[in-house]
Amino acid sequence: MATFGSLSLLIGLALAAYNLFAGAVALRLIATGQPAPIAPERLADTARRAGIAAFVAVTAAAFALVYSVFTNDFSITYIMEHSNRALPGAYKFAALWSGQEGSLLLWCWLLATYGFVLRLRHKTDVKLYAYAGTILAGIQVFFLAVVNFAAPPFALLRGAIPADGNGLNPLLQYPEMVIHPPMLYLGYVGFSVPFAFGLGALMMRYPGEKWIKITRVWTLVTWVFLTGGIFLGMHWAYAVLGWGGYWGWDPVENASFMPWLTGTAFLHSVMMQEKKGMMKSWNVWLIFSTFLLTLLGTLLTRAGLVSSVHAFAQSSIGTWFMVFMGIVLAVCIFTFILQRDHLRSDHQIESLVSRESSFLFNNLVLLTACFVILWGTLFPILSEYVQGSKVTVGAPFYNRVAVPIGLFLLFLTGIGPLLPWRATSLKAVKRNFIVPSIALWAMVAVCFIFGPRPLSTWFSDAGYFYSLVSFALAASVFTAITSEFFRGGAVIAKQTGKNLLVSIYLLTRRNTRRYGGYIIHIGVVIVVVGLAGAAFNKNTEKELALHDTMSVGPYTLECVGFTQDSNANYNSDYALLDVSRDGKKQFQMAPEKRVYLASQQPQTMVAVHSVLSWDLYVVYEGTNPDTGQPIIKAFLNPLVSWIWAGVVLIVLGTFFALVPSLTPAAASLKVSAARPVHAEPVLKGGD
Amino acid sequence: MKAMFQNRKWIKGVQAAVLAVAVCFSIGATDSSARYDKLNHQLMCSCGCGQVLGECNHVGCPDSPVQLAELKTAMNTGMDDKQILSSFAAKYGATVLAAPTTTGFNLVAWIAPFAVFLAALLGTILLIRHWSIGRKQETEPANTPEMDALRDRIRRETGSEGSF
Repeated sequence: MATFGSLSLLIGLALAAYNLFAGAVALRLIATGQPAPIAPERLADTARRAGIAAFVAVTAAAFALVYSVFTNDFSITYIMEHSNRALPGAYKFAALWSGQEGSLLLWCWLLATYGFVLRLRHKTDVKLYAYAGTILAGIQVFFLAVVNFAAPPFALLRGAIPADGNGLNPLLQYPEMVIHPPMLYLGYVGFSVPFAFGLGALMMRYPGEKWIKITRVWTLVTWVFLTGGIFLGMHWAYAVLGWGGYWGWDPVENASFMPWLTGTAFLHSVMMQEKKGMMKSWNVWLIFSTFLLTLLGTLLTRAGLVSSVHAFAQSSIGTWFMVFMGIVLAVCIFTFILQRDHLRSDHQIESLVSRESSFLFNNLVLLTACFVILWGTLFPILSEYVQGSKVTVGAPFYNRVAVPIGLFLLFLTGIGPLLPWRATSLKAVKRNFIVPSIALWAMVAVCFIFGPRPLSTWFSDAGYFYSLVSFALAASVFTAITSEFFRGGAVIAKQTGKNLLVSIYLLTRRNTRRYGGYIIHIGVVIVVVGLAGAAFNKNTEKELALHDTMSVGPYTLECVGFTQDSNANYNSDYALLDVSRDGKKQFQMAPEKRVYLASQQPQTMVAVHSVLSWDLYVVYEGTNPDTGQPIIKAFLNPLVSWIWAGVVLIVLGTFFALVPSLTPAAASLKVSAARPVHAEPVLKGGD
Repeated sequence: MKAMFQNRKWIKGVQAAVLAVAVCFSIGATDSSARYDKLNHQLMCSCGCGQVLGECNHVGCPDSPVQLAELKTAMNTGMDDKQILSSFAAKYGATVLAAPTTTGFNLVAWIAPFAVFLAALLGTILLIRHWSIGRKQETEPANTPEMDALRDRIRRETGSEGSF
């Protein structure tokens, strides 16, 4: 199977190289109109078909690796290092992306899959898709070269084949690790597609902004995968690492967050180009940067440039990535310089207080946030270069620098929808801001009334102060966005006679992009509320004898048992805790500590009881070697479930935004079916 | 409500409130457990786990209990926060501090993000002003009462302030 896998990868590389070479020649011939022995259109089609065949070859290689894991083929080094016989089936599958070589193969396969779908849909716009397919083939050639020559997943073990493997890293033996990495990679790899379209459209001087419409679905789907991947990673960190938090500003986390920020900026500013023909150069560089940041993130994670608790082992592939990034950057700069006259804006922003400028400021803040994270991630390297010694840039730095920027972004999220396109009067601004401002101050009052006392507490600690500002802004932004739904719904209700809820649904269906976007913004607001809850976290630690109790917040935890268990994969110590509130038993929790037999590594299995207001989060810290009694750490983490709920809303909003809007004809049919309309003709909102 | 916006006293009240917030914000935490918690979140565990000292949860970690005990001792000897952090940096190296100091080259780490943000903000504002002034010279102002009335009608009928 190792030979089959290696051969498949080589064939995949050859096919991708043909796609790149033949595609480039064909496009050049078409562009120059030079005579050729073969019709360039036919040559381009053979290139496209080679790209499709490359997908088949890479799929065969991925299948070969998965098959080898399931058949315990420890003659393959990768399988020996990342699996063992007792590993449950789902985690054997996850072994595909648990190491450097396997995860790069997954990267290649996802890239080939995206390319496969793109090449199948080529009839949408044959020429643009040919450019995008050829650029994508170039990226495929690089990654396939890496897995063929620098990090081969089918390398054979030298010497005697062991009876069992080293097993999977215990941190990865958690259900979310079966979906978190593929989801993250779908986002990471997916940004190659809008990049290919953006670069292709620039190379061919694509007329108009239609290419943005064509790539919109690709960009949104990629973005939602990356969003889902990041938040699944947060949930995994929360549930597995056992420190009570979900985001540690680790370089690997930062690496995934940076392209998300620039991708989000692109999703916003590209609307300006689509509707107004503005910010063309800006958008081109945003998508270039996003793709380059995915490469930089991969470089940081895999080349050992920065220290991280969950980076891959240090390897030589860093040089490969640096060279490739250099080539990509050079191609981008060259194309931009060559075609810059094609990127002249059709319009310019007319007023500081307008929807256009809010998009621009939104981009500015997102990019500043990206710079802060990049700066913080790379500063230790810079410091070592300048001062000769490394420094740590950890959570306190990001909390002080990035949080205020994030709050400013939240503020913009609220005011953006309240501003009209082009320009507005001060009167209109005041009118639109009255209700959100009332909500803001009402929330401040609520915090002061129901929050911690004395009131100076809110201001004596940066965490409390930021949470106060977050709650207040969240209330304001939520009010601003929901009022958009109610205002529009009320108009439709008046015109159709339907009730308000149905009218809001109709309103949303009429412009799914806008209202889907608003749903995403509400999701973001809910996530921010959840994040702000972290300022009020409480925790306590205690060694518990049988029937000893400990308290955290309103809960009392009583130890009713502690014992050991074992299976073929791990040994575990766990405690049984009865949790009561106000003297009444509510539920039982069983935090656990495992030691995996193959790797002899310990792993925490946190017990979490989640309600809307907080999470009771209990960790089995360890066993006192003198008494044999468990040491339990209990956290009360307010509002954490809001984060996950917000993410669900973000994903739902994105899917809503992907659904085509009801056409005016369909909308009017729905309206006429309900009641004949004699009102003034409805002006359809701009898309 | 309209009168509220026009009332200068109201604006002065807001300014006073903001000032009060800023003054309160500048007051540091005095509670000793809060101080301990704050300090152990400004230090890293030196065992190589890459976690903040206050959050290191390794079973049998050889370093974090020692460092936490040292922190408590330092607090009890009456050292201020700066002195405690300096003593840790002297003993364990600069990487024990969870964030760069505000001295020497490390100050650049703190200044650069805000400098970039302010420069970009200023640049953007100036650019938009430049565009809008140029635009006003070219065309009629967009904020005539007729245009405002028309926009208001569009907003009323579409239930929107623009589009997403």
